[in-house]
Amino acid sequence: MSLEHSTNRFVFQASLPVMFGYIPLGMAFGVLFSDLGYHWIYATLMGIFIFAGAAQFLAVGLLANSAGLMEMFITIFLLNSRHMFYGISLVGKIPNKGARRLYQIFGLTDETYSLLTSSRLPDWISPAEFQFKVTLFNQVYWVIGCTLGAWLGGQISFSTAGIEFVLPALFMVLAIEQYKSLQKPAPFILALLIGIATLLFISRDQMLLISILLSMSVLLMIHAGKRWNTQATSSPSSQ
Amino acid sequence: MEYAGYLFTVIAVMTAATFLTRVLPFVLLYKVADHHVLVFLGRYLPPVMMVLLVVYTFKNEDLASTGFLPELGCLALTAALHLLFKHPLVSILGGTGAYMALVQMGMS
Repeated sequence: MSLEHSTNRFVFQASLPVMFGYIPLGMAFGVLFSDLGYHWIYATLMGIFIFAGAAQFLAVGLLANSAGLMEMFITIFLLNSRHMFYGISLVGKIPNKGARRLYQIFGLTDETYSLLTSSRLPDWISPAEFQFKVTLFNQVYWVIGCTLGAWLGGQISFSTAGIEFVLPALFMVLAIEQYKSLQKPAPFILALLIGIATLLFISRDQMLLISILLSMSVLLMIHAGKRWNTQATSSPSSQ
Repeated sequence: MEYAGYLFTVIAVMTAATFLTRVLPFVLLYKVADHHVLVFLGRYLPPVMMVLLVVYTFKNEDLASTGFLPELGCLALTAALHLLFKHPLVSILGGTGAYMALVQMGMS
Protein backbone atom coordinates (compact mmCIF):
# COMPACT_ATOMS: atom_id res chain seq x y z
CA MET A 1 0.00 0.00 0.00
CA SER A 2 1.49 3.30 -1.04
CA LEU A 3 2.05 6.15 1.40
CA GLU A 4 -0.14 8.43 -0.69
CA HIS A 5 -2.98 5.96 -0.41
CA SER A 6 -2.79 5.66 3.36
CA THR A 7 -2.57 9.43 3.82
CA ASN A 8 -5.81 9.73 1.88
CA ARG A 9 -7.36 7.05 4.03
CA PHE A 10 -6.24 8.72 7.25
CA VAL A 11 -7.61 12.08 6.10
CA PHE A 12 -10.86 10.47 4.98
CA GLN A 13 -11.34 8.82 8.36
CA ALA A 14 -10.51 12.01 10.24
CA SER A 15 -12.92 14.02 8.10
CA LEU A 16 -15.76 11.48 8.05
CA PRO A 17 -17.80 13.34 10.72
CA VAL A 18 -17.49 16.51 8.64
CA MET A 19 -18.79 14.58 5.63
CA PHE A 20 -21.86 13.47 7.61
CA GLY A 21 -22.40 17.11 8.53
CA TYR A 22 -21.54 18.90 5.30
CA ILE A 23 -23.51 16.77 2.86
CA PRO A 24 -26.91 17.18 4.59
CA LEU A 25 -26.22 20.84 5.48
CA GLY A 26 -25.06 21.58 1.94
CA MET A 27 -28.20 19.87 0.66
CA ALA A 28 -30.35 22.00 2.94
CA PHE A 29 -28.69 25.08 1.45
CA GLY A 30 -29.20 23.73 -2.08
CA VAL A 31 -32.90 23.08 -1.49
CA LEU A 32 -33.37 26.63 -0.17
CA PHE A 33 -31.40 28.01 -3.10
CA SER A 34 -33.54 26.10 -5.61
CA ASP A 35 -36.60 28.02 -4.38
CA LEU A 36 -35.05 31.17 -5.89
CA GLY A 37 -35.60 29.69 -9.34
CA TYR A 38 -31.98 29.91 -10.53
CA HIS A 39 -30.08 27.11 -12.26
CA TRP A 40 -28.56 24.59 -9.83
CA ILE A 41 -25.05 25.22 -11.17
CA TYR A 42 -24.96 28.51 -9.21
CA ALA A 43 -25.35 26.62 -5.95
CA THR A 44 -22.33 24.53 -6.99
CA LEU A 45 -20.38 27.71 -7.81
CA MET A 46 -21.27 29.20 -4.42
CA GLY A 47 -20.00 26.05 -2.70
CA ILE A 48 -16.78 26.23 -4.69
CA PHE A 49 -16.06 29.96 -4.38
CA ILE A 50 -17.75 31.21 -1.21
CA PHE A 51 -17.44 27.95 0.79
CA ALA A 52 -19.00 29.21 4.01
CA GLY A 53 -22.11 27.59 5.47
CA ALA A 54 -23.78 30.42 7.34
CA ALA A 55 -22.84 32.94 4.64
CA GLN A 56 -24.45 30.86 1.90
CA PHE A 57 -27.67 30.46 3.86
CA LEU A 58 -27.70 34.21 4.40
CA ALA A 59 -26.94 34.72 0.69
CA VAL A 60 -30.24 33.03 -0.19
CA GLY A 61 -32.06 35.59 1.96
CA LEU A 62 -30.06 38.47 0.49
CA LEU A 63 -30.78 37.29 -3.06
CA ALA A 64 -34.48 36.85 -2.29
CA ASN A 65 -34.58 40.46 -1.01
CA SER A 66 -32.52 41.77 -3.96
CA ALA A 67 -30.06 43.34 -1.51
CA GLY A 68 -27.45 45.79 -2.82
CA LEU A 69 -23.90 44.58 -3.50
CA MET A 70 -22.41 46.78 -0.76
CA GLU A 71 -24.96 45.49 1.73
CA MET A 72 -24.09 41.93 0.70
CA PHE A 73 -20.37 42.56 1.13
CA ILE A 74 -20.71 44.11 4.59
CA THR A 75 -23.22 41.56 5.87
CA ILE A 76 -21.16 38.58 4.74
CA PHE A 77 -17.93 40.13 6.02
CA LEU A 78 -19.40 40.72 9.48
CA LEU A 79 -21.04 37.29 9.58
CA ASN A 80 -17.74 35.61 8.79
CA SER A 81 -15.51 37.85 10.87
CA ARG A 82 -14.97 35.10 13.46
CA HIS A 83 -12.72 33.44 10.87
CA MET A 84 -10.12 36.11 11.64
CA PHE A 85 -9.58 34.55 15.05
CA TYR A 86 -8.94 31.17 13.47
CA GLY A 87 -6.23 32.77 11.37
CA ILE A 88 -4.73 34.52 14.39
CA SER A 89 -4.06 31.19 16.11
CA LEU A 90 -2.78 29.53 12.91
CA VAL A 91 -0.32 32.18 11.69
CA GLY A 92 3.05 30.44 11.51
CA LYS A 93 1.47 26.98 11.75
CA ILE A 94 0.74 26.33 8.08
CA PRO A 95 3.82 24.70 6.57
CA ASN A 96 2.47 24.76 2.99
CA LYS A 97 3.65 27.43 0.56
CA GLY A 98 2.28 29.00 -2.59
CA ALA A 99 -1.01 27.86 -4.07
CA ARG A 100 -1.62 25.17 -1.43
CA ARG A 101 -1.15 27.73 1.37
CA LEU A 102 -3.51 30.16 -0.32
CA TYR A 103 -6.08 27.41 -0.81
CA GLN A 104 -5.83 26.36 2.83
CA ILE A 105 -6.43 29.92 4.02
CA PHE A 106 -9.35 30.22 1.58
CA GLY A 107 -10.89 27.02 2.92
CA LEU A 108 -10.54 27.71 6.65
CA THR A 109 -14.05 26.83 7.89
CA ASP A 110 -15.06 26.14 11.51
CA GLU A 111 -14.81 22.42 10.90
CA THR A 112 -11.50 22.49 9.04
CA TYR A 113 -9.99 24.69 11.76
CA SER A 114 -11.25 22.27 14.40
CA LEU A 115 -9.74 19.22 12.70
CA LEU A 116 -6.43 21.02 12.04
CA THR A 117 -6.00 22.15 15.65
CA SER A 118 -7.21 18.95 17.31
CA SER A 119 -5.84 16.04 15.31
CA ARG A 120 -2.86 14.11 16.57
CA LEU A 121 -0.97 12.80 13.55
CA PRO A 122 1.00 9.57 13.32
CA ASP A 123 4.62 10.35 12.41
CA TRP A 124 4.40 8.89 8.90
CA ILE A 125 2.02 11.69 7.87
CA SER A 126 3.35 15.06 6.82
CA PRO A 127 1.41 17.86 8.58
CA ALA A 128 1.51 19.92 5.36
CA GLU A 129 -0.10 17.10 3.37
CA PHE A 130 -2.66 16.45 6.10
CA GLN A 131 -3.69 20.11 6.38
CA PHE A 132 -4.09 20.56 2.64
CA LYS A 133 -6.08 17.37 2.17
CA VAL A 134 -8.41 17.95 5.12
CA THR A 135 -9.30 21.32 3.60
CA LEU A 136 -9.81 19.78 0.16
CA PHE A 137 -11.84 16.76 1.33
CA ASN A 138 -14.10 18.99 3.44
CA GLN A 139 -14.78 21.27 0.50
CA VAL A 140 -15.56 18.31 -1.76
CA TYR A 141 -18.21 17.11 0.74
CA TRP A 142 -19.67 20.61 0.90
CA VAL A 143 -19.83 21.10 -2.88
CA ILE A 144 -21.46 17.67 -3.33
CA GLY A 145 -24.12 18.62 -0.76
CA CYS A 146 -24.83 22.05 -2.28
CA THR A 147 -25.11 20.58 -5.77
CA LEU A 148 -27.33 17.63 -4.81
CA GLY A 149 -29.68 19.87 -2.85
CA ALA A 150 -30.10 22.46 -5.60
CA TRP A 151 -30.36 19.80 -8.29
CA LEU A 152 -32.96 17.68 -6.54
CA GLY A 153 -34.68 20.71 -5.04
CA GLY A 154 -38.12 20.14 -3.65
CA GLN A 155 -38.08 16.43 -4.57
CA ILE A 156 -36.21 15.68 -1.36
CA SER A 157 -38.23 14.75 1.65
CA PHE A 158 -36.08 15.21 4.71
CA SER A 159 -36.25 12.12 6.86
CA THR A 160 -32.79 13.10 8.05
CA ALA A 161 -34.07 15.65 10.60
CA GLY A 162 -31.56 16.13 13.38
CA ILE A 163 -28.52 15.00 11.41
CA GLU A 164 -27.06 18.51 11.72
CA PHE A 165 -26.17 17.45 15.27
CA VAL A 166 -23.05 15.72 13.86
CA LEU A 167 -21.26 19.08 13.91
CA PRO A 168 -21.87 19.90 17.62
CA ALA A 169 -20.98 16.25 18.38
CA LEU A 170 -17.75 16.66 16.39
CA PHE A 171 -16.88 19.85 18.31
CA MET A 172 -17.59 18.04 21.59
CA VAL A 173 -15.21 15.21 20.69
CA LEU A 174 -12.54 17.66 19.52
CA ALA A 175 -12.89 19.69 22.74
CA ILE A 176 -12.17 16.50 24.72
CA GLU A 177 -9.17 15.76 22.48
CA GLN A 178 -7.90 19.31 23.04
CA TYR A 179 -8.24 18.81 26.78
CA LYS A 180 -6.26 15.57 26.62
CA SER A 181 -3.35 17.30 24.93
CA LEU A 182 -3.45 20.57 26.93
CA GLN A 183 -4.15 19.01 30.37
CA LYS A 184 -5.29 22.35 31.83
CA PRO A 185 -8.95 22.99 32.66
CA ALA A 186 -8.77 26.81 32.87
CA PRO A 187 -9.33 27.77 29.20
CA PHE A 188 -12.21 25.29 28.91
CA ILE A 189 -13.97 26.61 32.01
CA LEU A 190 -13.38 30.19 30.88
CA ALA A 191 -14.94 29.54 27.47
CA LEU A 192 -17.87 27.64 28.96
CA LEU A 193 -18.71 30.49 31.35
CA ILE A 194 -18.30 33.20 28.71
CA GLY A 195 -20.28 31.24 26.11
CA ILE A 196 -23.23 30.57 28.42
CA ALA A 197 -23.21 34.13 29.82
CA THR A 198 -23.24 35.56 26.27
CA LEU A 199 -26.21 33.37 25.30
CA LEU A 200 -28.12 34.27 28.46
CA PHE A 201 -27.39 37.95 28.86
CA ILE A 202 -26.03 39.48 25.67
CA SER A 203 -27.09 38.03 22.33
CA ARG A 204 -28.11 34.74 20.81
CA ASP A 205 -27.77 35.81 17.17
CA GLN A 206 -24.27 37.23 17.64
CA MET A 207 -23.23 34.70 20.31
CA LEU A 208 -20.21 33.28 18.51
CA LEU A 209 -18.56 36.57 17.57
CA ILE A 210 -19.24 38.28 20.92
CA SER A 211 -18.08 35.34 23.02
CA ILE A 212 -14.92 34.98 20.92
CA LEU A 213 -14.13 38.68 21.41
CA LEU A 214 -14.79 38.45 25.17
CA SER A 215 -12.71 35.28 25.56
CA MET A 216 -9.84 36.75 23.59
CA SER A 217 -9.90 39.90 25.73
CA VAL A 218 -9.73 37.82 28.90
CA LEU A 219 -6.89 35.66 27.45
CA LEU A 220 -4.93 38.79 26.54
CA MET A 221 -5.43 40.24 30.03
CA ILE A 222 -4.26 37.00 31.63
CA HIS A 223 -1.21 36.97 29.36
CA ALA A 224 -0.40 40.60 30.09
CA GLY A 225 -0.83 39.99 33.82
CA LYS A 226 1.53 37.00 33.77
CA ARG A 227 4.22 38.90 31.90
CA TRP A 228 3.84 41.90 34.16
CA ASN A 229 4.29 39.66 37.21
CA THR A 230 7.35 37.84 35.90
CA GLN A 231 8.97 41.10 34.83
CA ALA A 232 8.22 42.71 38.20
CA THR A 233 9.74 39.81 40.15
CA SER A 234 12.77 39.13 37.98
CA SER A 235 15.89 41.28 38.15
CA PRO A 236 16.60 43.60 35.21
CA SER A 237 19.80 41.68 34.34
CA SER A 238 17.90 38.44 33.71
CA GLN A 239 15.91 40.00 30.86
CA MET B 1 -30.16 32.85 -18.41
CA GLU B 2 -30.21 36.65 -18.35
CA TYR B 3 -29.44 36.61 -14.60
CA ALA B 4 -26.01 34.99 -15.09
CA GLY B 5 -24.08 38.28 -15.00
CA TYR B 6 -25.87 39.41 -11.85
CA LEU B 7 -25.25 36.11 -10.06
CA PHE B 8 -21.58 36.05 -11.07
CA THR B 9 -21.20 39.53 -9.57
CA VAL B 10 -22.99 38.53 -6.36
CA ILE B 11 -20.88 35.38 -6.01
CA ALA B 12 -17.69 37.40 -6.63
CA VAL B 13 -18.64 39.95 -3.95
CA MET B 14 -19.48 37.27 -1.39
CA THR B 15 -16.34 35.31 -2.23
CA ALA B 16 -14.24 38.44 -1.67
CA ALA B 17 -15.96 39.22 1.66
CA THR B 18 -15.50 35.66 2.96
CA PHE B 19 -11.92 35.28 1.74
CA LEU B 20 -10.99 38.62 3.28
CA THR B 21 -12.05 37.41 6.75
CA ARG B 22 -9.86 34.35 6.33
CA VAL B 23 -6.76 35.91 4.81
CA LEU B 24 -6.47 39.14 6.84
CA PRO B 25 -4.64 37.72 9.88
CA PHE B 26 -2.14 35.94 7.64
CA VAL B 27 -1.41 39.15 5.74
CA LEU B 28 -1.32 41.44 8.77
CA LEU B 29 0.41 39.15 11.27
CA TYR B 30 2.78 37.14 9.08
CA LYS B 31 5.88 39.08 10.11
CA VAL B 32 5.13 38.74 13.82
CA ALA B 33 4.13 35.05 13.86
CA ASP B 34 6.58 34.24 16.68
CA HIS B 35 5.53 37.17 18.87
CA HIS B 36 4.76 36.00 22.42
CA VAL B 37 1.14 37.18 22.25
CA LEU B 38 0.48 35.12 19.11
CA VAL B 39 2.23 32.09 20.57
CA PHE B 40 0.02 32.41 23.65
CA LEU B 41 -3.16 32.80 21.60
CA GLY B 42 -2.13 29.96 19.29
CA ARG B 43 -1.97 27.71 22.33
CA TYR B 44 -5.11 28.75 24.20
CA LEU B 45 -7.48 29.98 21.50
CA PRO B 46 -8.18 26.56 19.90
CA PRO B 47 -9.58 24.99 23.11
CA VAL B 48 -11.61 28.14 23.78
CA MET B 49 -13.01 28.06 20.23
CA MET B 50 -13.94 24.40 20.50
CA VAL B 51 -15.91 24.97 23.71
CA LEU B 52 -17.63 28.06 22.24
CA LEU B 53 -18.64 26.06 19.15
CA VAL B 54 -20.15 23.44 21.48
CA VAL B 55 -22.07 26.10 23.44
CA TYR B 56 -23.21 27.57 20.09
CA THR B 57 -25.42 24.45 19.77
CA PHE B 58 -27.83 26.13 22.18
CA LYS B 59 -28.19 29.31 20.12
CA ASN B 60 -31.77 28.51 19.13
CA GLU B 61 -32.90 27.17 22.50
CA ASP B 62 -34.59 29.06 25.27
CA LEU B 63 -32.25 28.36 28.18
CA ALA B 64 -34.96 29.41 30.63
CA SER B 65 -37.25 26.54 29.58
CA THR B 66 -36.38 22.85 29.21
CA GLY B 67 -36.02 23.02 25.41
CA PHE B 68 -32.25 22.66 25.62
CA LEU B 69 -32.34 19.30 27.40
CA PRO B 70 -32.23 17.05 24.26
CA GLU B 71 -29.11 18.86 23.01
CA LEU B 72 -27.50 18.80 26.45
CA GLY B 73 -28.32 15.13 26.92
CA CYS B 74 -26.95 14.13 23.52
CA LEU B 75 -23.77 16.17 24.00
CA ALA B 76 -23.30 14.43 27.36
CA LEU B 77 -23.87 11.07 25.68
CA THR B 78 -21.29 11.98 23.00
CA ALA B 79 -18.76 12.92 25.69
CA ALA B 80 -19.47 9.77 27.72
CA LEU B 81 -19.09 7.52 24.66
CA HIS B 82 -15.85 9.27 23.80
CA LEU B 83 -14.39 8.83 27.28
CA LEU B 84 -15.45 5.17 27.29
CA PHE B 85 -14.50 4.01 23.80
CA LYS B 86 -12.03 6.71 22.68
CA HIS B 87 -13.25 6.33 19.11
CA PRO B 88 -14.45 9.61 17.49
CA LEU B 89 -16.86 7.97 15.05
CA VAL B 90 -18.54 5.90 17.75
CA SER B 91 -19.06 8.99 19.92
CA ILE B 92 -20.25 11.25 17.11
CA LEU B 93 -22.58 8.74 15.49
CA GLY B 94 -23.93 7.63 18.89
CA GLY B 95 -24.72 11.19 19.98
CA THR B 96 -26.16 12.15 16.59
CA GLY B 97 -28.23 8.97 16.33
CA ALA B 98 -29.75 9.64 19.74
CA TYR B 99 -30.49 13.25 18.77
CA MET B 100 -32.11 12.23 15.47
CA ALA B 101 -34.27 9.71 17.30
CA LEU B 102 -35.40 12.41 19.74
CA VAL B 103 -36.11 14.92 16.96
CA GLN B 104 -38.02 12.45 14.82
CA MET B 105 -40.11 11.33 17.79
CA GLY B 106 -40.98 15.00 18.18
CA MET B 107 -39.19 15.54 21.46
CA SER B 108 -37.03 18.44 20.37
